[in-house]
Amino acid sequence: MAANTQRIEVTLETLLESVDLAESITMRIAEAAGFPDEEIHKIGMAVREGVINAYNYGNQQDRQKKILMSVELAPETMVVKVIDQGHGFELTEIPDPLAEENLLRTSGRGLFLMRAFMDEFRVERGPEGGAQLVMIKKLPHVHSDNGKHQPE
Amino acid sequence: MALQGTCRQIGDVAIIDFSGKITLGEGSATLRKTVRELAEGGQKKIVLNLSDVDYIDSSGIGELVSGFTTVRSAGGELKLLHLTKRVHDILQITRLFTVFDVQSEEGAAVRSFK
Repeated sequence: MAANTQRIEVTLETLLESVDLAESITMRIAEAAGFPDEEIHKIGMAVREGVINAYNYGNQQDRQKKILMSVELAPETMVVKVIDQGHGFELTEIPDPLAEENLLRTSGRGLFLMRAFMDEFRVERGPEGGAQLVMIKKLPHVHSDNGKHQPE
Repeated sequence: MALQGTCRQIGDVAIIDFSGKITLGEGSATLRKTVRELAEGGQKKIVLNLSDVDYIDSSGIGELVSGFTTVRSAGGELKLLHLTKRVHDILQITRLFTVFDVQSEEGAAVRSFK
């Protein structure tokens, strides 16, 4: 971890209340990092979906299990990881919620929303074998700096 | 804010004015209960007014879809009215605009039922 990277780690209970808590913590960090309101909303919502996934599918609402969330502010990115104590999964196993035959499904849109709201999203295997969701957003100044360097 | 729904009737159309968040837990449960009670009571024409709902998560989206299929299975129609920008955007990126009849004016929503 670079010297100018800040990181917090939170252990959440497998409870419905943890969903709101994780969202609220992340939104505060995103606000402090200087993201505009709409981006703060998107980051919060992506994290919300990540914790819902851990609560429902990873830990299967088992209160004995924990959800680990970390938020890292690096010089150019905000990286959120949500790790559950389930069995893990591959993104390729998940049906495409945009496919015509899946539009009337009542679940299966959470991963899609995480991908839509963050700049980068991937699913890895956590240290204990569960899913580790990695969500990355470029910090606002990175976007504006990129704009300055665009050729005229 | 917890989701609250108030039902009113215009002719044979039931309009439910929702306010709050439609999210995992209480919000989704309130939506489910309200729509199911109407469908089980024989209501065939239902409009969900979402003008005061500015937050919906994947669970809430699932509940909207569930309400849509419940009402349709009972031979009725469920339509959406007055979407806020955030709910509009979510329905757009999830392609659910192709599923729901979304109305922006109450009178037109009422008249749009067959």
